[in-house]
Amino acid sequence: MNLPTSLRAWEERIRDSAKKHGLVCFDTIFEMVSEEQLDEIAAYGGFPTRYPHWRHGMEFERLRKHSRWGLSRIYELVINNDPCYAYLLSSNSFTVNKLVMAHVYGHCDFFKNNAWFQHSDRKMMDRMANHAVKVRRIIDRQGVDAVETFLDRALSLENLLDYRQLGEATPPLRQFTPPQGGEDDSESTEPNFRLRSRDYMDEFINPPEWMEKKRQRHAAEVEAERKLPGGPRRDIMALFLERAPLARWEWDLLHIVHDEALYFAPQRVTKIMNEGWASYWHRRLMVDDILTDDEVVDYADTVAGTLVEGRSLNPYKLGLELLLDIEERWNKGQHGIEWERCDDYAKKSTWDTREGRGLDEMFRVRRIHNDVTFLDTYLTEDFCDRQKLFVWRRDQRTGKREKVSTDFRAVKETLLQSIVNGGAPVIEAVDLNHGNRGELLLEHRHHGKDLRPDFADATLLNIAALWRRPVVLLSQLEEKPVRWIAADGAVRMEEVIHA
Amino acid sequence: MIGPIEKDQRRFRQIVHGTIRRDLKRYVSSGDLIGGGERGAVSIPVPQIDLPHFTFGSGDGVGRGDGEGDESQPGEAGEDEGQHILEVEVGLDELAKILGEELELPDIRPRGEASITAEHQRWSGIRRVGPESLRHFKRTYREALKRQIAAGLYDPAKPVIIPVRDDRRYRSSQVRRKPESRAVIIHMMDVSGSMGTEQKEIVRIEAFWIDTWLRHQYKSIETVYIVHDAVAREVSQHDFYHLRESGGTKISSAYQLCLEVMKSRFGSGEWNIYPFHFSDGDNWSSKDTSTCVDMLRSEVLPRCNLFCYGQVRSAYGSGQFKRDLDQSLPGEERLVTSAIADREGILASIRDFLGKGR
Repeated sequence: MNLPTSLRAWEERIRDSAKKHGLVCFDTIFEMVSEEQLDEIAAYGGFPTRYPHWRHGMEFERLRKHSRWGLSRIYELVINNDPCYAYLLSSNSFTVNKLVMAHVYGHCDFFKNNAWFQHSDRKMMDRMANHAVKVRRIIDRQGVDAVETFLDRALSLENLLDYRQLGEATPPLRQFTPPQGGEDDSESTEPNFRLRSRDYMDEFINPPEWMEKKRQRHAAEVEAERKLPGGPRRDIMALFLERAPLARWEWDLLHIVHDEALYFAPQRVTKIMNEGWASYWHRRLMVDDILTDDEVVDYADTVAGTLVEGRSLNPYKLGLELLLDIEERWNKGQHGIEWERCDDYAKKSTWDTREGRGLDEMFRVRRIHNDVTFLDTYLTEDFCDRQKLFVWRRDQRTGKREKVSTDFRAVKETLLQSIVNGGAPVIEAVDLNHGNRGELLLEHRHHGKDLRPDFADATLLNIAALWRRPVVLLSQLEEKPVRWIAADGAVRMEEVIHA
Repeated sequence: MIGPIEKDQRRFRQIVHGTIRRDLKRYVSSGDLIGGGERGAVSIPVPQIDLPHFTFGSGDGVGRGDGEGDESQPGEAGEDEGQHILEVEVGLDELAKILGEELELPDIRPRGEASITAEHQRWSGIRRVGPESLRHFKRTYREALKRQIAAGLYDPAKPVIIPVRDDRRYRSSQVRRKPESRAVIIHMMDVSGSMGTEQKEIVRIEAFWIDTWLRHQYKSIETVYIVHDAVAREVSQHDFYHLRESGGTKISSAYQLCLEVMKSRFGSGEWNIYPFHFSDGDNWSSKDTSTCVDMLRSEVLPRCNLFCYGQVRSAYGSGQFKRDLDQSLPGEERLVTSAIADREGILASIRDFLGKGR
């Protein structure tokens, strides 16, 4: 709320401009912060209050170092919340802050309207703060070390979500039934089947054979559930919330971790689009309404800075370029079956049906797509050639990147591979009673990329510690089927030899 | 007030230091840290402090633009989760603390504490005379302003202040005396033909850590480097580590030179003196050895806090000298001898040397 008056006036104009262009946003609250404050907020994932954990400290240290040495800097930070909160850097120039505000409205519109954000909790600011209070309370009771150990483990499962759920009509499970009993009990017991009766009647009201039958039926039910009737589960944290033998406080912590991971998931699967969309709109708004003559150079300089690319792909840039491509193609009618069938280069290069639906198509894209479907649908060979995209691979021996292909299919496949499932390997829980020993069986759906072995080791140990029984993971390494087994605080990997 | 992020940051640093402590042996014996010593801090690569997740192993991806893919710059992969190695800056002071805690080194009690004072100059005074270079502009202006207002020469519409001779004020220094203890480390190394590259590397690493610890203990410290084969001479730090000589070994030559240095430059009794001598234990003759022993007993040992002899095992050395020292100077408090078999032995030997707290 501490926006300088000069910017406050512009805030209104930028908001009106965004509205005029068809953006539909939450109310947006801007705050001016110093570089250090921004680093702090960024280290907390954009929220002013988070639960205490050293990971935030590490992130803060990294960010501080980066901004001190000028390696990178954060220009803005927007939080998907209603109202939307956005932070401006006080050390930015006036022009840059105007640009950032325009950019923020782009994000804000995306948060509000993109389908993958449909289940997103818009009161996350409060929720995060509540989580922080809850974790602190648990720390008071259980001690810092116990909580930290558990959080370290739980956070290790953070990316094991089911991203497909985000697009479904029913929201992903966020509420679970906590384990019964007091704070500290960890074992669930068999339910009581016995009906109330007087002593002498007991044999008739609860006949032993009947009781035995009931017990067996219950065991069978439990057994059937262990086989995961709904099919394999990807949301391992949700599964653990339902089934793992957790004490109440552990359950609470895992619940918090799951909840926050779910909140960040939509941003993970729409990063390219989201940044592209915001970049597109800050350009449009700046050029159409906001930029004054004397700010042009400053503006151009900043834009050039944010769109710089190292050797890796800049999501701002890729998303923006693709959106611009869509705009042009749908403006000129360069799509559809006729366009695709045409193989006359001269005709194609001057193709213009004056369709003029560029903006409509873009709004449609921002409504229904995520990064994977976006790239899959709109990344064309032409675009790929024009942007000179290529595939690189890290050489095993030298550790250097080598350009291996400029082929369109290879580029597209590599690109999609790197973002599918939020960029994480697909790991599914297949069996909760593996080998009839209560072990957890996980399967890595291998799509041509191996797991990083040392990380897999450590992660499995953490999972096994939560599950309290051995955990088995099936995967492939260098095209050979392998099996990881984590049990009793040790992990080993072996090749699977089929009989 | 300490905010929440500082708490998290502190906890993170604790964890990092825990990692360093756990792997101290590796860091000590690898010698990688020595390079950064001059800046007062070293950068320690701490692998994998991040939380483990399931991630992909081999790297590939899509790039953009012309040119070959191999112009990769370091640190590019930083975006990918868990792939970065964290460079943690740890001050030498802090490193010394970790070393001290890990080896359970006692703090050193400097001798002659009170008798030694160091003079510190502080520019805390103002006077009316002095060189123009030390003129205090603000004070001078203020004086001039005061005078002009008092004399009614000040015109707010045209505020021109002209200082005259009497208005000028100058900074003046004041000398303060502060008790301080000073120390000197005298490194001596045998560079005769039998000391190979590996032996010298071991000496180099050990000397670095000893320096680090003693610097942590004393505010001002000086180092003297002496190399010897059949004759001894004083060299620069660079030469000390890089010199390769060959020839016979006469240890007494080094002790003689060490004694001269102690007498001529650090003789006033204000100094805490720490001679360290590294050799492979092969002396020219037993006669020379007995000269050494005599020198140590009568002249060298009484002057220093601690005399440390480290014997690095080499393929050519007999290792006789340590045995001789131990036999001829039994129960000598100020003498410590230690055998260093290989890099792994460095930590143990540092503990031998510095474990006494002298």
